Amino acid sequence: MTGVTIAEPASPSRTRAARFPGFGLIAALVFAATQAFALFTTPPDRDMGNLVKILFVHVPAAQVGLLSVALLLVSSVLYLWKRDERYDLVAASAAEVGVVLTALTLALGSIWGRPTWGVWWTWDPRLTSTAVQLLILVGYLALRSFVDEADRRAVWSAAVGILGGLNVPIVYMSVKWWRTLHQMQSSPSTVDPVYAWGLRLNDVAMLLLLIFFVRRRYEAARTQREAEEMLESAALGRPVPNEAANG
Amino acid sequence: MSWKSDIERVRAVAWKDLTVERHTKANFNSVAFLGALILMLFGFALGADSTALRTAAAGVLWLAVLFSGVLAFARSYQVELEGSALESLLLYPGSRWTIYAGKLIANLVFVGLMEIVIIPVALALYHLQVPDRWPTLIAVLMLGTFGFVTLGTFYAAMASRTRAREVLLPLLLFPMMVPVLLAATEASNALLNGDPMGNSGAWIRLLVAFDAIFFVASMFAFEYVIEE
Repeated sequence: MTGVTIAEPASPSRTRAARFPGFGLIAALVFAATQAFALFTTPPDRDMGNLVKILFVHVPAAQVGLLSVALLLVSSVLYLWKRDERYDLVAASAAEVGVVLTALTLALGSIWGRPTWGVWWTWDPRLTSTAVQLLILVGYLALRSFVDEADRRAVWSAAVGILGGLNVPIVYMSVKWWRTLHQMQSSPSTVDPVYAWGLRLNDVAMLLLLIFFVRRRYEAARTQREAEEMLESAALGRPVPNEAANG
Repeated sequence: MSWKSDIERVRAVAWKDLTVERHTKANFNSVAFLGALILMLFGFALGADSTALRTAAAGVLWLAVLFSGVLAFARSYQVELEGSALESLLLYPGSRWTIYAGKLIANLVFVGLMEIVIIPVALALYHLQVPDRWPTLIAVLMLGTFGFVTLGTFYAAMASRTRAREVLLPLLLFPMMVPVLLAATEASNALLNGDPMGNSGAWIRLLVAFDAIFFVASMFAFEYVIEE
């Protein structure tokens, strides 16, 4: 009785997930191409030499990382509003990818800072507020991992996601006031024009990677939820719900 | 439901929490004592140099408030978990935000009283002089405390009902406290040194904005959080 019904609902998401690696491959190729373009077409910086090119990963990772925080905030609001589990899973995926990108930003900033400023860490406003952003995201994920019940986890983490997302700009502002700015953040408009195109293209490539990672993580989370629901139903001796496979 | 009955409910919840607290004074005493102890320990870490102590005083005082206050929030919901008191509380008719507001007031009283105990200790240990603009300093203290208690009360509603409550609450709360900590510390430092640059105004505005944003957001989100 159970064998067939359990196997069935999982299939739609499996085909969804199977289609998606194509996009991932494209994103990876685009990223490799824009990296190669940026690395080989730009000259070394007068003061920093080739070290300046760390910018082509560091800045896109920082910007896209911030974008994933925005995605976390928006999908958390949407979850509380619509009560659709998919928004919760998108929020969780955005937070996880955000942690990776934020950590990458910090690591690269640190590697860049050591030869440039002579220290691994400085209480620079960007660096400090990025570190706090990482801690906020980690807190969000910690809450998720400590709550077992799916509905409760979704509502609670949505609340934490909203408050955390709201706080990221406030943290940035307060840290900026605390340390008077000594390194303007880089963007295509503030760097030398030779670096601008490399930066812009890598922003796009990093964005594609973000979409791919969030999407993949989301599919994984959905599959996981479907499995949990089936286990729950099987344990309670109820027929397996078919709604699990919809959407 | 009129606003009058809402106010009544807020008062009842606050009174209930404070009564529980009054009957078990042990909790307040140990938390306040812990605050003083933290001030002492930071003194050891910083060394006995008067200038160093004075420079660090505002930051240390806020850390002492944060570290000991965080224990108060967890307790505020722990009493509700015994004998499923929370379920009964939720069964009463009326808006859920009143529970949050009541607990917020009780926690404000708790943390406020604790500050009254530990601030004289800080003044003595860190060789501080009460500045001329002490009313502004008290306003900074109140605004900072309000921001801290607003988020603390809100996060504790979740963290105290999870498996890892001891570690989860500070893990969620402290990163959120960065703007409050910075603003309160910087404003207090400026005021303690006579504020020659007029820096405290901007920090006070930041505190007001922080308090307003998170008070509204917590009130809104609490209705969802408490029901799950």
